Amino acid sequence: MNTIGKPISRVDGKLKVTGSARYSAEFDMPGLCYAVLVQSTIPAGRIAGMDDSLARKAAGVLAVLTPENAQRLPGAEKRLSLLQDNQVYYNGQPVAVVVAEKLEEAHHAASLIKIRYSVSAPKLDFVAGFPSSHPGNHNGEPGDMSWGDVDGALKDSDIKIDQVYTTPIHHHNPMEPHAAIAQWNGDELTVHESAQDISGHRAKLAKLFGVQESNVRLICLFVGGGFGCKGPLWSHVPLAAMAARQVNRPVKIVLERPQMFGPVGARPRTHQRLTVGATREGKLTAIRHEVHAHTSVIEDYLESSAFPTRVMYGCPNVSTIHRIVDLNLGTPTYTRAPGVATGTYALEVAMDELAYKLNMDPLQLRLLNYTENDPQTKLPFTGKHLRDCYTRAAERFGWSNRTREPRSMRDGSQLIGWGVATETYPANRRPASALVRFKPDGRVLVATGTHEIGNGIYTIMIQTAADALNVSPDLIDAQLGDTALPPAPITAGSMTVASVTPAIQTAAERVRTRLLQMAVADSGSPVHDASVDEVDFKDGLIFRKLSPNRSEKLGDFIARNGGQPIEGIAHVEPDETLKQKFASHSFGAVFAEVSVDPDLGPTRVRRVTAVYDVGKVLNEKTARSQFIGGIVWGIGLALHEDSHMDARTGRIVNENLADYHVPVNADIGEIDVSAIDIADTHLNPLGARGIGEIGITGTAAAVANAIYHATGKRIRDLPITPQKLIA
Amino acid sequence: MTTENSSRTSTVPETDSEEYSSVNPATDMIDCKLSRRDFVKTVGYFTGAGALGLQLISVETIVECAPLEFSASAHTVELTVNGLVHKLTMDTRVTLLDALREYLKLTGTKKGCDHGQCGACTVLVNGRRINSCLSLAVTHQGDQITTIEGLSGGEELHPLQTAFIEHDGFQCGYCTPGQICSAVALLEEARRGDASFVTPDLAHTGRVELTPEEIRERMSGNVCRCGAYPGIVQAVQTASRTL
Amino acid sequence: MNPFEYQQVDEPATAVDAISRWRGSKFLAGGTNLIDLMKNTVEQPPKLIDINHIPLRGIEQTPDGGVKLGALARNSDTANHPLIRKNYPLLSQAILSGASPQLRNMATNGGNLLQRTRCPYFMDPAFSRCNKRTPGSGCSALEGFHENHAILGASDQCIATHPSDMCVALAALEAKVRVRGPKGERIIAIGDFHRLPGTTPQIDTTLMPDELIVSIDLPPSPYGSHSHYLKIRERTSYAFALVSVAAAIDVDSGWIRGARLALGGVAHKPWRVEAAEAALAGQKLSISLFEQAASRALSGARPRRDNTYKVEMAKRAIIRALTIAGGLA
Repeated sequence: MNTIGKPISRVDGKLKVTGSARYSAEFDMPGLCYAVLVQSTIPAGRIAGMDDSLARKAAGVLAVLTPENAQRLPGAEKRLSLLQDNQVYYNGQPVAVVVAEKLEEAHHAASLIKIRYSVSAPKLDFVAGFPSSHPGNHNGEPGDMSWGDVDGALKDSDIKIDQVYTTPIHHHNPMEPHAAIAQWNGDELTVHESAQDISGHRAKLAKLFGVQESNVRLICLFVGGGFGCKGPLWSHVPLAAMAARQVNRPVKIVLERPQMFGPVGARPRTHQRLTVGATREGKLTAIRHEVHAHTSVIEDYLESSAFPTRVMYGCPNVSTIHRIVDLNLGTPTYTRAPGVATGTYALEVAMDELAYKLNMDPLQLRLLNYTENDPQTKLPFTGKHLRDCYTRAAERFGWSNRTREPRSMRDGSQLIGWGVATETYPANRRPASALVRFKPDGRVLVATGTHEIGNGIYTIMIQTAADALNVSPDLIDAQLGDTALPPAPITAGSMTVASVTPAIQTAAERVRTRLLQMAVADSGSPVHDASVDEVDFKDGLIFRKLSPNRSEKLGDFIARNGGQPIEGIAHVEPDETLKQKFASHSFGAVFAEVSVDPDLGPTRVRRVTAVYDVGKVLNEKTARSQFIGGIVWGIGLALHEDSHMDARTGRIVNENLADYHVPVNADIGEIDVSAIDIADTHLNPLGARGIGEIGITGTAAAVANAIYHATGKRIRDLPITPQKLIA
Repeated sequence: MTTENSSRTSTVPETDSEEYSSVNPATDMIDCKLSRRDFVKTVGYFTGAGALGLQLISVETIVECAPLEFSASAHTVELTVNGLVHKLTMDTRVTLLDALREYLKLTGTKKGCDHGQCGACTVLVNGRRINSCLSLAVTHQGDQITTIEGLSGGEELHPLQTAFIEHDGFQCGYCTPGQICSAVALLEEARRGDASFVTPDLAHTGRVELTPEEIRERMSGNVCRCGAYPGIVQAVQTASRTL
Repeated sequence: MNPFEYQQVDEPATAVDAISRWRGSKFLAGGTNLIDLMKNTVEQPPKLIDINHIPLRGIEQTPDGGVKLGALARNSDTANHPLIRKNYPLLSQAILSGASPQLRNMATNGGNLLQRTRCPYFMDPAFSRCNKRTPGSGCSALEGFHENHAILGASDQCIATHPSDMCVALAALEAKVRVRGPKGERIIAIGDFHRLPGTTPQIDTTLMPDELIVSIDLPPSPYGSHSHYLKIRERTSYAFALVSVAAAIDVDSGWIRGARLALGGVAHKPWRVEAAEAALAGQKLSISLFEQAASRALSGARPRRDNTYKVEMAKRAIIRALTIAGGLA
């Protein structure tokens, strides 16, 4: 088979377009009842009293869980709000749970609970928190990292850029809200949860409730979008399990849309100061990237915005610094291209500013500072074809027709602008397991505990198995999203494909070898007595290579051999020594054309062209959607998304999809994406680096740079709204 | 990516004390004593030409849903969904969306925001697209309701469903049923000449040419957070040519 | 959502009778705003009177050459009615600029008039202070988030804006709202229908609680295609206006016989600017004239800390809308 790389339609497409795909809130079971969260309305303090008498009397109510009566959990952690004490750390924190027979009843009863608070002075002023900010790390990587002599080099630089770039709080807002159905059977807990990390959530739930991991099962067949917020385990899931235990029935909890703006993560606010030095010829001499970002008062999260600065350009003196500001807000978390999305915005706008100061084509400036090695470690990249991305994207976009001056391109009353930026995202891989099973009916099952979140992994799993086994994809079924299956890592960080496909390949190889060994040993088989090297398996047939006509169907073989499935299981770890030899990152080049109404302010992104170097593309069709999705997020980052916080109460005032603007269809113009498609086999056998996040990186900068080119206005505070452009 | 984030204690000084009431402004006025037994039953079904002439699913099962009866706020309504009549006695508060998902177990229609701000709950009522989350079920006596489950004729997909797969007009799939229901209505609106905000000439009343700009505007009531908009536009364009 | 009684009525008299009997009850039409607010517990009617079966969906020409819009005609049907597209394209444009196709299919003309504000402090009861929701509790927006709030006609009790697009066009078109109460019918000019907040921001309109809107009557329009609805928003579609303008000009070979101008997103009601209209009447079409009219329209603006941009934005929007309406674009 040769399915890898082909634009194969999603195997789960039919389920999704007919409404048959089952998301986590869509399982029914006898006795199912409904839980609704009650949230705090103050940012800091404690609950002084709670009157739930009306709620308890309300129709259909089965239980009201409060800090006073909630089950005490042995493994409770402060990062979660599990009603273990009276403390309030942020506005919107879960403080009670109402369980009722019907959803309408639970909602209504929840509104009847009266809470008295003792209010403390909240920390809500981000900038005022800078002096007391503290360092941190991201995924074990230190927030501070420098090389060379930045101060000295800046002093000697011919040209200098020193600007502050800011990005607001974002909320992930997948279309499917967080949801969980929890059910106890004795000490066994089953949870249907919309999650990006069923294994991780299982481990945490087991710890919280003091049961064995094997007693907890997480199931998630489809995730209706996550973008990072369904990576960590949040409070509502253990709360649903607590409720289920209390009422001794299965309990369903689905967050309401406003509840998506607080207790389930956010992209934190960033304040990024970029100081860039260069020679008159445009060679970078120094970069200092100093980041402040917020976290909650209960848990550290570091938005690693300066990380891309460590890898992007050849520069002898670099300093990257991160400081975390504690605020009385819900804990932020990974949001599509965490750190990199916000960081490439700042860095790539600063590069544009530098290009204008040098009177140089911004693409030329980037090529001039191109690096073949990781500038920090000097290690070679596992594969880097960014130069080809620049060239190809510039050609497809028509960059050579660009006029240099701002406000030099028009279309009627609209100003037109073009911008460019570099994109990057680290290549990640984690240990993963998979099984491949030959079934008695002659079909093949490929399974692993990963997550289908729109990444197309059902399809990729089948393609991988099809190619590894030489079996038509039509004969293969895929199963995922269940902790009863061999475990896979969190679906995040663009690493699912890089982690899971090697496990599938190895499992496939094992089951194939096992089959052939059984076949040559089977006196009834047409390949009996041949050596394993002399026989083959293809398209469901076992045969001798030299006489392929003497073959047997897989199903017939299994039937004759006891009717039991034949299975291969593999656990595959990435080569940890790779990091000592190579740096591994994806790259890309993105160009944007905007039109801006100079009098009224609105910006339209008319077209975007991007070319990516992401290793091997496994499915052209689904990959295209991943790239485009990232670009749409980049446009939202540039123009739309902004969670407005009430400065006094720390409550998000636009906690709904009418006022928190994600891009709608009319916001998106023509998008042209393609990939260099050269396998990076250092990372994994298929040579795929993962593509879920790179599209958002750089895009906001390309749009912001295009707006500058159109208008001559440099807006350094995202999003670039009409009001900022007419100010 | 995940790593454990360190938990830290922080001390916030308590300053003043303030009393806040519940989020329900009327808590003191409400006395809720609704005793009830839930009762939901599908009493019959029929097939025939329904909304948009789509082939309707014929289902023979009599669905015995969970159980209820209400006092003050109960109401009986016959909902005709994809050609099947369901007689429901239920709380007047139940929205059409929740009636479909939670009572009739037709979970193809999605809840994204529950406030008419995302379009995931789009269904067709008498052929017109609406947000089922803002519509009370009790108001739909006698209406022909078509959901995503009613668009395809058994194994045969509606041309829009085929086009969405072909052009990969989705990723996670959660907004997809709403997108497709919306698009089905869009094609009918364009055929009969309905204008949109970007229609250049309102005086022209004939069939609308579905340019990408027209499709984008007309599909803007359906948010796709995965950002599959270009594929959605292509899918609608393709289907508009075949239908 | 609170539990409520539900009753269907099929004629105006029954509707008015029903609502008079139940204090606090509400008419249910399209439900797009009412159900939304009931879910947030902002509205808690003990009873809903479903008026969708009253035959008030017609759109018809009146003897004087105007058009009568049934109160229960859906927004999408109104925008697409041949009479409206031909004679009142300003109204079609305004309706089509608002919400989404799904919501326009549900929302009724009468309901559109009764939309409540999008002020977050009003919509989210977790904020205890809102004079519109809880009279006398204070206004959280004054010192809070108010980027999208009013710059004209506000009070120190409330700075909320009216969210409708359709009503801005109706204000420019001088529509009349025909309502029916226990004592019969009366007509309210659109300019008198919505209120300014003053000291009673909890009252949005001059409609009495026991009155039913039966139609919106449009006088004959001399403006035709010399009109334009311009809407500035933070995304290209499906967003409320930062600022919007309904402009209509009665043009005779380059001269303005009369003009109508109304603004959205700037006040507690659709903000008609008669002073600017007067400045335009009798003058020759020109950009500089439009600039004068724009200045005059905003002369009373009193922005707050975070919405000063609206003054300049509104001026520019007026100039652009008049330019397009006048055919100078």
